[in-house]
Amino acid sequence: MDQILFNLQLLLEYPIVNLKIIIDGVMIGALFALSAYGLALVWGVMNVKNLAQGDFVIAGGYVSWTLAQWGINPLFGVPAAFALMWVLGWVIYKLLITRVIERDLFTSLLATFGLAIMMAQIMNLMFGSDTQSVNLELPTLYFADGLIDIPMAKLIGVCMAAALATAVILFMKKSRMGQAIRATAQDARAARVLGIDTEKVYAFTFSLNAAICGAAGAIIVMVWVIQPFYGITYSVRAFVIVTAAGLGNLPGVIAAGLGIGAAEQYGSHIFGIGYQQAIAVLLLLLVLAYRLSQQKRNRQVLK
Amino acid sequence: MKLRNIALSVIASATLVGGAAYADGHACEDLVLGSAISLTGKYATNGVHAQNGYEFAMKKIAENGGIKIGDKCYNFKVIYYDDESKGDRGATLAERLINQDGVQYMLGPYSSGMTKAIAPVTEKYQIPMVEAEGASRSLFNKGYKYLFAVLSTSEQYLASAITLAAEQAKKEGKDPSEVKVAVAVENDPFSLDIRAGVLEDAGKFDMKIVLDEKLPRDLSDMTAILTKVKLVKPDVLIVSGHSKGAATAVRQIGEQKISVPMVAITHCEAADVTGNFGDFAENVLCSTQWAETLSYEDPIFGTAANYEQEFKAAYPEYTDKKVPYQTAQASAAVYVFKDAFERAGTLDKEAVRDAISETDLMTFYGGIKFSEFGNNIAKPMVLRQIQGGEYNVVAPSDFASHELVWPRP
Repeated sequence: MDQILFNLQLLLEYPIVNLKIIIDGVMIGALFALSAYGLALVWGVMNVKNLAQGDFVIAGGYVSWTLAQWGINPLFGVPAAFALMWVLGWVIYKLLITRVIERDLFTSLLATFGLAIMMAQIMNLMFGSDTQSVNLELPTLYFADGLIDIPMAKLIGVCMAAALATAVILFMKKSRMGQAIRATAQDARAARVLGIDTEKVYAFTFSLNAAICGAAGAIIVMVWVIQPFYGITYSVRAFVIVTAAGLGNLPGVIAAGLGIGAAEQYGSHIFGIGYQQAIAVLLLLLVLAYRLSQQKRNRQVLK
Repeated sequence: MKLRNIALSVIASATLVGGAAYADGHACEDLVLGSAISLTGKYATNGVHAQNGYEFAMKKIAENGGIKIGDKCYNFKVIYYDDESKGDRGATLAERLINQDGVQYMLGPYSSGMTKAIAPVTEKYQIPMVEAEGASRSLFNKGYKYLFAVLSTSEQYLASAITLAAEQAKKEGKDPSEVKVAVAVENDPFSLDIRAGVLEDAGKFDMKIVLDEKLPRDLSDMTAILTKVKLVKPDVLIVSGHSKGAATAVRQIGEQKISVPMVAITHCEAADVTGNFGDFAENVLCSTQWAETLSYEDPIFGTAANYEQEFKAAYPEYTDKKVPYQTAQASAAVYVFKDAFERAGTLDKEAVRDAISETDLMTFYGGIKFSEFGNNIAKPMVLRQIQGGEYNVVAPSDFASHELVWPRP
């Protein structure tokens, strides 16, 4: 308790720290939002709750890390991870997801859970269990007597995340494929009747999700660290964010991602970093309780 | 009957596989040890380091005439099983080693958690186990009689940093009680031990703990803690959270320009902080069980430096990196067995257990002498400082090859 009061006092004593916490939180949240965004797509379109979401993120990170080992600038790792994970996502769809898509919730949960375990272990065998990261060797910007610091690597990462999110939103709104995806999400059978190849849409959506996660992972390896078994962290966050924001609400997913990032940072400042994830889950509970009281039954679709 | 046949054939095939490697002219018999160790899963990297340490020590001992018990000579042979880094699997495999393969002596697995899973089994069957990779002090307060560890227990890992900080304070003409300490450790048994050791030693000097945080297991970001560090300005910052903790701390301390005079962490090598973060790692203190620059020596392995050299020759994949202390202490564990067997002069496991408990041995890895709880009390923890990208021993001052750089710029 004393510790909590002391931490609050620090916040009041140095108001600028609030700004720093929010900046840090938004930068973390942007990456959570990215993987949550992919999950919302797959969940909304195919009704598959992909438990391997975080492992896609880590796999993308390893793509970028491997390229960096070969002396390629890690910034190129982001598009490379996007492309490679797209291919991997397609293969996984054809091998696994297509077989469980029509099944019940439990089957798809089990299948993707198995996939998550497989992926983590394969990465462990391929890359070893050491923590890895890539150093961009870029400077850090300092403001307010060095109290606020923004590493260029993080800034670049956030900008890339924002660009990617914008591109996907535009794609969903403007392109034919985007329309087909949204139509399938609304009513797969009607879409099929109207001549949309839903199988193709599913494969595309799943690959897109893997690619987005891969790009997020490639950014994460530049600013934090990855390890074959860290996928679960990102899976949990993605689920929390999508559940809180609702499926049909892609901008909401981004807002929730940023919000959870900031709330976690505040929580860890005030209550201690050990409670970081507890804050995220507590927020989820509050949002769910609120939404339950607001709208008992409301069908959600991808807009 | 059937079981025994299987057990015999396992031993026989292990003998056939291994036998060729150690054929050196001696007609030595095999002395079988067993080990369940992590060859896959999250501990695989260090599990393999430990296994290589076992293998190298057995080779060296064979080259030096094997183990002489009475007028017979023996060579070690180890039956390995992969515990997949899972505790329940480790315990099952220990049962299998003992019951099916008839193993009478065990070498330890990797990590405190795995050792904790296996120790009750070896204790139940009264099988002596010398382990080299489980440092948690909770292993040594259960009253185990058959568990012996060659390494320093985990609460000692960073406690020497506190002593060092106190020494520095005195040099500066200050009282050690003016030193402010910030602690951030992961919320797991190993790191909590480290924290307990630090708090205990800080208490002895009456130092003030200004920050005491537990890092979550899936830590990816420490900015919140480091911001607080910036505000409360401690004199010593202690971080322990396995290799991800080391990597995250070093990177973000650099990025946030945290100017604490002394920063001490664990797992520097595992996270390769010098290779990954270069200048950010400069002047960070890293704890280690062993360093090849220490002046320890024994008749089998020679000096610590000699051990490193010969190990690298035998395992070329280590040429470009440091030989990890996990490997050195694994070798030391095998050496303890050799010494105990020769002193016991018999293969009777009770006699061997008693001989192990009376060990008083100087090795390339450091002194080995067990307390009544089975932990090694003869070897201090070593602190190294990263200076110009090199790990230089700065504490304990008796063995130090370099001066401490203080404060960090």
